[in-house]
Amino acid sequence: MTTLTGPVRATTAATPPSSPPPRRRARRTPRDWLRDGGLSTLVIALPMILVFGVFSWFPIGRALVMSLQQTNLVTAPEFVGLENFVFVLSDPLLGKAVANTLWFALLALVFGYPLPLAAAVLMSEVKRLRGLYSALAYLPVVVPPVVAVLLWKFFYDASPSGVFNTIAGWVGLGPFPWLQDAGSAMPSLVLEATWAAAGGTVIIYLAALVGVRTELYEAAEVDGAGVWRKIWHVTLPQLRGVLFITLILQVIGTSQVFLEPFLFTGGGPNNATLTVLMLIYDYAFGSSLGGNYGAATALSLMLAGVLAVLSAIYFRVTRPWSS
Amino acid sequence: MKSARSRAAFALVGVLSAGTLAACGSSSQASDDPTGPVTIEVSIDAGLEQAAIDAFDERIAQFEKANPDIQVETKEFTWSGTTFAAELAGGTLPDVFPIPFTDGRALIEAGQIADISDLVAELPYADDFNPTIAAAGQAADGAMWAVPIAAYNQGLHYNRRLFEEAGLDPDNPPTTWDEVREAAKAIADETGQAGYAHMTQGNTGGWILTTETYALGGRMLEGEGDEVTATVDNEATTEALELLREMRWEDNSMGSSFLYDWGTINQDFAAGKIGMYVSGGANYPNLFTQNQMNPDEYGVTVLPLEGDDAGTLGGGTLAAVSSAASDAEQAAAVKWIDFYYISKLTDQEAAVAEAEVAAETDQPVGAPALPIFDRETYEEQQGWIKDLVNVPLENFAPMTDQMFDQPVIPEPAVATQDLYAALDPVVQAVLTDEDADIDALLADAQVQVQSLIDRA
Repeated sequence: MTTLTGPVRATTAATPPSSPPPRRRARRTPRDWLRDGGLSTLVIALPMILVFGVFSWFPIGRALVMSLQQTNLVTAPEFVGLENFVFVLSDPLLGKAVANTLWFALLALVFGYPLPLAAAVLMSEVKRLRGLYSALAYLPVVVPPVVAVLLWKFFYDASPSGVFNTIAGWVGLGPFPWLQDAGSAMPSLVLEATWAAAGGTVIIYLAALVGVRTELYEAAEVDGAGVWRKIWHVTLPQLRGVLFITLILQVIGTSQVFLEPFLFTGGGPNNATLTVLMLIYDYAFGSSLGGNYGAATALSLMLAGVLAVLSAIYFRVTRPWSS
Repeated sequence: MKSARSRAAFALVGVLSAGTLAACGSSSQASDDPTGPVTIEVSIDAGLEQAAIDAFDERIAQFEKANPDIQVETKEFTWSGTTFAAELAGGTLPDVFPIPFTDGRALIEAGQIADISDLVAELPYADDFNPTIAAAGQAADGAMWAVPIAAYNQGLHYNRRLFEEAGLDPDNPPTTWDEVREAAKAIADETGQAGYAHMTQGNTGGWILTTETYALGGRMLEGEGDEVTATVDNEATTEALELLREMRWEDNSMGSSFLYDWGTINQDFAAGKIGMYVSGGANYPNLFTQNQMNPDEYGVTVLPLEGDDAGTLGGGTLAAVSSAASDAEQAAAVKWIDFYYISKLTDQEAAVAEAEVAAETDQPVGAPALPIFDRETYEEQQGWIKDLVNVPLENFAPMTDQMFDQPVIPEPAVATQDLYAALDPVVQAVLTDEDADIDALLADAQVQVQSLIDRA
């Protein structure tokens, strides 16, 4: 060390004190890249790059181009500038679809978000048969979505002899129209969607609950906290990172709801369950003579943009809370 | 559309062709020499039972024997409204493919199918097609680019058992719309089932509303060419919707399901949950083979026609040839269309052979349909196979006794499916909202449809 001190000092003395020492960036040559394992890294990453490139990035780029074209994929595409965006924004059904999608998202948030959390907390308190309860909670996730919807469609039979109406009749209620009425169709869809998706979220919360340190509960008990105060002051704060993530995932997921309205109601009755994705589908595949793919991709890009902005705002706002 | 229209037409094809919809595939050996050897790919309807596949293969063998220079290969293909455009764009369609009447004119104008009119003109029956039906496959100059292979007219299907339980005579079904309403109420009151049900989803709501409009003397469009204008807010459509409103909200005779499409309404009708509904007159094969309906319970009659210009809506299926097919492939494809689709309607030997195969595989033989030629040819063909008929023809009598007397009106010529799609919510609103304003709904639909026509 001492042998180096002199020259260093000499160099420092020749440089103005306020200037930092110049940083020489080593020039990396292809040989360096190869020596450092760059080739093997590329080879390992190549399949993933190709998969993403072909199935994600290329379609996204293609959608960008197509949103500026008038095309039915058969005749030659015509560049139309922002005409597709204007068409979509002037479509009277867009407002209806956006309102319906927000309504679905709100209902799903109010009913579908707290339910898995409550279930997970209760299950974590259970000492016996926890695995069985977990399996039962997760079972709907295993049922193929289309099968689940067809099953629930049968349950939602609006006649007095329908499954749900029969059950409601036991307590003097109904019969309810369920899917056959503009007012009750969307809540009916949310009910099934919550049933179908809650299991996966329950498992995530259960896994997160394992990570909550037991000494925090013990300390709370020493302080005289009951079950609810322990949940409020220990469990929820410890889960907030996971809660924030599942919340934004739910918002994004519900904003893209398609399966339920498509299979249950086809967007009806009277467009009461027409969602944004259903509208995109109708633009693209509504006609056997070639859909309006330009409008479909334009609306898809607008939806993606809105969700991206929403996510960015959300993470910015919640950053102080989740750290 | 996930088209009820088309499905109805395809069901008709099923009657006539042992349940198969064939189309020829893109060739694997391109050749421009019409006289040289050529291979065409012939598609077969997806999901057939082995007996039907074997029967199809037998037909191919017969065709190849009669045409030694043509090799035929099979490929599964079933027309679907949501995938057809993509298949057309992707070049994966067979050389010969079935399309609904509603798509014919637009595909011809866009040059998206081959011009086989010269080849078709050489067929001995080229001038014998029913002009109304032939128009679906003709260009503006009258050249036939696509060949009609099946046709249907709309009918009023009814459940004879429910009629009897309601104290109605199944041999004398309703002949006016007032009688339809009365019968629907009687069925609902006496049996607890829907007296009259209506399709509303996947463009079928507009399809049936258009049918009812025609039956009451109205039209959805007027004018021709560039002068076409929407007329969906006409008096007949208003009357049809008012009738639905009365049956739904005053009589409570329309059951509790208002989101039917072609498949689901057939299911519930076959299951005895529906007294009456309007659909293609050739629905029987689907009801019998896919929904296991008891043939004795089935009945069908013509639609009541009221008004000065009333008629029954008609549609059907065309066989078209891919625009990518070479001259030789086009020639072979037209021979295949002639052999497979048409000869059983014009040649006794072919008709009997086809019927024998259908009977052996327990598929309906002899279910009446709208003839693509004239009545005489149709009745002659029915006579050839009368010993093989296995459907209860007496149950079809209310239809067959009158269908030739009814004017058949083609579906709206422009933006057909878009028009139907725009009317779906109108029908749904009337059936699910007691306070629905019919005039306002039709006024909105009028603006929307006119906009669609302007863009078409």
